[in-house]
Formats: sequence, C-alpha cells, structure tokens
Amino acid sequence: MKLAISSEQVQHCRAMALAIAHEVQMEISRMSTISVERSLLRLLGMEGATAGIPWVNVFLEQIQEHNVLEDGALYWLGNTLCATDLSISQIGQEVGEGRLDVVKTVRHPLKDIQASIAAVTMESLRRIFLLRAQRRQFRNGLPIHVSPLLYVIVASGNIHDDIAQAKAAAEQGADVIAVIRSTAQSLLDFVPEGVTTEGFGGTYATQANYRLMRAALDEVSRKTGRYIHQVNYCSGLCMAEIAALAILEGLDLMVNDALYGILFRDLNMVRTMIDQHFSRYLLGLFDLIIVTGEDNLIKTVDAFQEYYIVLTSQFINEQLAKQAGMEEKQIGLGHAAELDPSLPDSFLWELVQAQLVRQIFPHSPVKFMPPTRYISGNIFFAHVLDTLFNLVAIWTGQEIILLGMPTEGIHTPYVQDRYLSLESAMHLRSAACSLRKELNFRQNGKSKARAQGILDQTESTLSEIEQIGLWTALNRGMFSQIKRSRKGGRGYEGVFPISQFYLNPFLDQELVKRARKIAR
Amino acid sequence: MTSIEEVRPYGDRLNDGAIQISFSLPIPLSAQSKEAAKQVAGKLGLEHLRLIYAQDLGNSFSFYIIYGRTSGSINLSSIHIPTVDIPQMDFWQINDLLAHELKKTVTVVGATMGADAHTVGLDAILSAKGFGGESGLERYPQFKIYNLGAQVPAEEVLREIIEQKADVALISQVVTQRQSHLQNLSYLEDLLEGEELRQDLILICGGPYIDTEVALEVGFDAGFGPGTTPSQVASFVVNELLRRRRA
Repeated sequence: MKLAISSEQVQHCRAMALAIAHEVQMEISRMSTISVERSLLRLLGMEGATAGIPWVNVFLEQIQEHNVLEDGALYWLGNTLCATDLSISQIGQEVGEGRLDVVKTVRHPLKDIQASIAAVTMESLRRIFLLRAQRRQFRNGLPIHVSPLLYVIVASGNIHDDIAQAKAAAEQGADVIAVIRSTAQSLLDFVPEGVTTEGFGGTYATQANYRLMRAALDEVSRKTGRYIHQVNYCSGLCMAEIAALAILEGLDLMVNDALYGILFRDLNMVRTMIDQHFSRYLLGLFDLIIVTGEDNLIKTVDAFQEYYIVLTSQFINEQLAKQAGMEEKQIGLGHAAELDPSLPDSFLWELVQAQLVRQIFPHSPVKFMPPTRYISGNIFFAHVLDTLFNLVAIWTGQEIILLGMPTEGIHTPYVQDRYLSLESAMHLRSAACSLRKELNFRQNGKSKARAQGILDQTESTLSEIEQIGLWTALNRGMFSQIKRSRKGGRGYEGVFPISQFYLNPFLDQELVKRARKIAR
Repeated sequence: MTSIEEVRPYGDRLNDGAIQISFSLPIPLSAQSKEAAKQVAGKLGLEHLRLIYAQDLGNSFSFYIIYGRTSGSINLSSIHIPTVDIPQMDFWQINDLLAHELKKTVTVVGATMGADAHTVGLDAILSAKGFGGESGLERYPQFKIYNLGAQVPAEEVLREIIEQKADVALISQVVTQRQSHLQNLSYLEDLLEGEELRQDLILICGGPYIDTEVALEVGFDAGFGPGTTPSQVASFVVNELLRRRRA
C-alpha cells in the first residue's frame, strides 16, 4: 500500500528540518545542565540518598554554592578521587551526609584529574556495554518474536501492584509495559530514591522501581517465551538522569520529547533541549529506542486542520535525534488517531495519516497512539473506536501500538480493561495482517489529496521555522498554539556555559570504541 | 405510557430487573473461582444468575461477565438532587446581558491546581476552540481570561486572582487519588477566606468527579462535571452576578 507523494518534497522537508536541528545544536553545544551532570555521576555509580535527598543532588549543590558549576561535576569528582582514597560510592555518601565538601579538597593538576575520570568512565562504559550485550542475547534467545509490539500501561501508584498487573498483561499478550509516572514527577529536580508504593495517577520512576520491574518482566519473558519490553519516561527536569538510570537498569524504550515538556509542562526550552540531546546520545549509544510525543500536539487543537504539526515535529525530532548520534531504527516517532469520529470519512483520514507517517519514516519503529479526546465514558463505543484504531495500525504497518482502553478517561486501567484491549489488537494482528500487501489507495482519489495537503502544509511550516529558528517558532505559538519564551519556564537556572576545565569523557569516541571492544 | 413511580432496571420486559456486570478476581480461573464470582454477584443482591463468560487473565487473575436480575426497585419521589438551577443562555444572550445590563467585563482566572497535570477540561471551557461545538470563554467579548495551565500551586492562583482583580476563579481537578482534589479545593477556599476575597469572588470547580454537591461541600459556588459546555459555565456566572447585585 502506498500513497503517491513526491520523494523530492519529502527530501526538501528533511533538509529544512536538518537546518533547524543544526541551529539548535550549535546554540547548546557549549552548555550543560545540572541534570546532565547528575546523570554523569549516576553513570559512574553514585547511587544513594540521605534523608530522601539523592547524593548526586547534594554534590551538584556543593559546586553550585562555590560558583564552580561551570567546571562540571566530573572535574570535581576527579579532583576528589585524586585527593582522597575514597571510591565514587563513598564520595557520594560522604557528600550526601555532609562530611565532605568536594570543592575544598586539595587541587590536583588537570591532567591527573582527566586521567582518573577517563579510567572510571572506561570502566563504566565497559560495564554498561556488557550489560546491554547480555540483554540483547537474552532477547534474541527467546523463541517467539512478534510484530507489531503491543504496548500497554500500568499505573497503580504502587510498584508491587504494577508488577502483578504487568505480569498478567504480558501473559495476556502485551509486548511492551510502560509504568506511568506519578503526575508531578516531571517537575521534580531530583529523582526519588528507593522502592515506592504511593503515587498520584502513576508510580514514581526510581532506580529501585526500575530494577524490580525489570526482574519481573524478565521472569515473565522466560515464562511466555516472548521478550517483554520495559518503557519509562525520559522527560521532565531529570530527563538526562532518567536516561542514565534506564541504561543501567536494562530498559528498552524511553518516551523522550523535549517539545512535550516545553509546551505542556512549561519546562525551559534551553534546559530541556540540552538534557534531551545528552539523553538521546546515551540512549542511542546503548541501543535503546526512543518514542516521541507528537500525539500530544493534536490533543488540544483541531486534529484535522492542524495534523501537519505532527509531521512537522516528526521531521525536526528525527534530525535532533540524528544529531545526537541515533540511528533511524532507534527513533520511534509518535503519532495518534485523534480525529473527531463524527467527521465523515474519519476512518479514511486516520488511515491516510498513519500511512503518510509510515511511508515518510520507513525505518522508524513508529509508535501509534490511540484515540483519547472523543472517548467519553461509554466503554462500549470506546472499544469500537479502539478496535478501528487497531485496524488502522495493523493495516498501515505501525511497529509499536499503544493500546486504547475502553475505560480511557475514567480510571487507570483495570486488569480486565487491558485484557479486552489486547484481545482486540491480537485479533487484528492476525485477521488484518496482509491487508497492506493486497489493497492500495485509489490513484488521485481523496486519500492522495489529503496526504498531499498535509505534506504541503508541513513543507511551508518547516520553511517558516527554518527562517525564524525553533526557539522563535515556540515563542510564536506555532506548536499547538502554546507560546513559550526562551528564558521562561521551569529549570532555566540549572543551565550553564561550560568552562575550559569541563570534562565529559562519555562523549569521547575513542574511549567509547575501546570500551565497546573490550566488552565484546 | 403511564408514569413510573417504582423504577427497576429494564432488559427487554418491564420490571425484569436485568443487570449485566463484569469484574475480575485475583485468583486463577477454576470451577471454584467461577462459583466465587457468582456468589459475589449474589452478595450484590442479584438473582437468577448466569455466568456467561469467564476468562483466565494470567498471573493469578480471572475475569467474569455475569447477568442477573434484581428484585429491588426505587421510588422516584424519594429522590431529591441539589442542582444549581439556572436559566441557560447562549453566547449572544450572555454577552448582551453583560454589555448592556450589567455593563461589565468578567475577569476569569483558570487553573488546574496542585500536582494535577490535566488541562483538557479547563481548555474545553476557556480556550477559544471550546467544546461540544461551542466557542470557549476566550471568544466571549465580555470575558477576559487568564488561563494559568496545569500544576499551579494554590498560592499562585491566589496571587493571580489578586493581581488580575478576578471576578471568577475556575479550578479544574482531575486526579482524585487519596482525595487530593478535595484537599486542593478546600485549601484554596481557605486561602481566599484568609485574604477576605472569598465573598466577592465566584468560585467554580470542574472535573470528571465534580458535581454541585462536591463543590458546595468544599465551599465553592458551583461544580461542573463531564460534558459541561462553556455557555453553561458562563450562564452560571452571569446569573450569579445578577443574583449578587439584587441581594
């Protein structure tokens, strides 16, 4: 099945998106954030908290208080490693419990600091490459592999209940389990510590919760013979840190989209773009898949008139991810079926839109999101709409399908809601699997006209953004009619320009290459 | 058709009392679990039970669909619902009344408060795009809207109410875990009382689990549930302004 669109026009869109992404990249290349610095400490193994405050936060506060934040966390960690006999974990504890001030340690020459940090980074990289290789091996060794992946959420607030429900969902046929985060977590400038049993509308993302869920999903993977993927949310003020934790704890996919935070959580755009770049670098390096949040862009505007903004954002997101070193097969672009079902031909328009995205990004494991806006509490009609959504998803060859729930908007899914959704999706995965090979759009019919219209609007929007830049476009409300300013929003105080002493050897490609070789 | 005094669920014959229910049990499917499911329905007061579908859900969960009949009936004359009884007006009537009779521009501060991150309901009422085929309050020439968005602390809502000299505060609450919505609403009401602003303000809440009764309980003037349109909220505001002027 194919829509007859011009590949030159698509190439033109890509080229403009590259220019837009490149400009953003240039502007943030000499900057870092406190979240990025904390992620580096976590990658090097600093895990722990005292009185609920993570050690990595206390560490950053120390160097901030002494006005040496611009040197970065690793410069001061390296100096402390040179000046003391403490391990990284011990340094964390000493700092966290208020017995050690890293800025007051005896100053060592930069080259000694560089050497000590290079050594611990090498060890961390080697260890993580090994972990990821083991995970790959485990996944490939399981007998059953299915496509597309069926993605469901659990969100009880209590990690133990989440685990019970996740295992049931996996046995029912789910391939991907996401634990929705507690509702305000994106605004916390620290990652909570430990196993948690209370949250609002979701469960806190913590390293300990990740670890428990991973073990449970591995167990059920062995039982079902299918690899069960673990997803969480690499977003909010701790985006980069969450990326580090996901890598350390063996997650597979991460929802990751700065634009979502800027528009819908009022995060500062510079802060979150820097965090996103480093997150994507890490996630790409260690072979995780990101899924982006374009589905949100049409939740508050007319989804038919403004669908082009989904495609526009996808072009930009793809290039931003590539700038961070990701490959297309790691970039799961997001989109959604959010048209008003009372619109005549709404099913056809969803089909065309889904096909357009599939066709323009053929190597992306695109993630398709179910209807939510017009799901109103009638659980029976919701199930009808969700089934039609599943049909569109299978027909157009989406790779990751987030399943709609009959009880969308009522409560976080009950155990039977997921079962009903999975039953519908699995039915269509089988019943409609060959449709796309057998049927095609009519030439020059209304499908073609709709696709062309969206592509034309996308092209002209990208051209406008290319001229004014992404920051200004956000400032003018070009995305979902929400206006954000460059220095406004949450978290700007955590952005800083880096000094000549700043270190981040995780970016050192020679070191990365060596670590990868040793890990083999 | 004669009017019904005693009402009972209807399947396909008057007074058959037919009811369908579905639920899960945290035990694997077995003959014993099916009987347990039927007994759950029995304890709800259902009779003539038919367990028509049962399915194992994995990891020690199971799912049941049961049909049954209830002999219970409800006397309609015993039911009294508190409602905000107001004449419904449309966009033109509302603006006309404000422009000519009340001679007033209504300033509205809207927010989703506390940890709550949901703005779909708030935007349905406030943003120009509106809801249910109606324009939102931003399109009403006699309304001035300050939409603060999601996750706004009560203190900030208060500050904005003072700064914009708001006539109306519109608070959306979706998340209800551990009654957080009621706590948030009461807290704002307390703050307003403390600043002696409560009396002059029209205080409205909305959300999927909000109704008039809940609203009055937490000291608000009105509460609107799912499906509310912008003109319903605006009608309430205008009527309340009229009422307060007369009082």
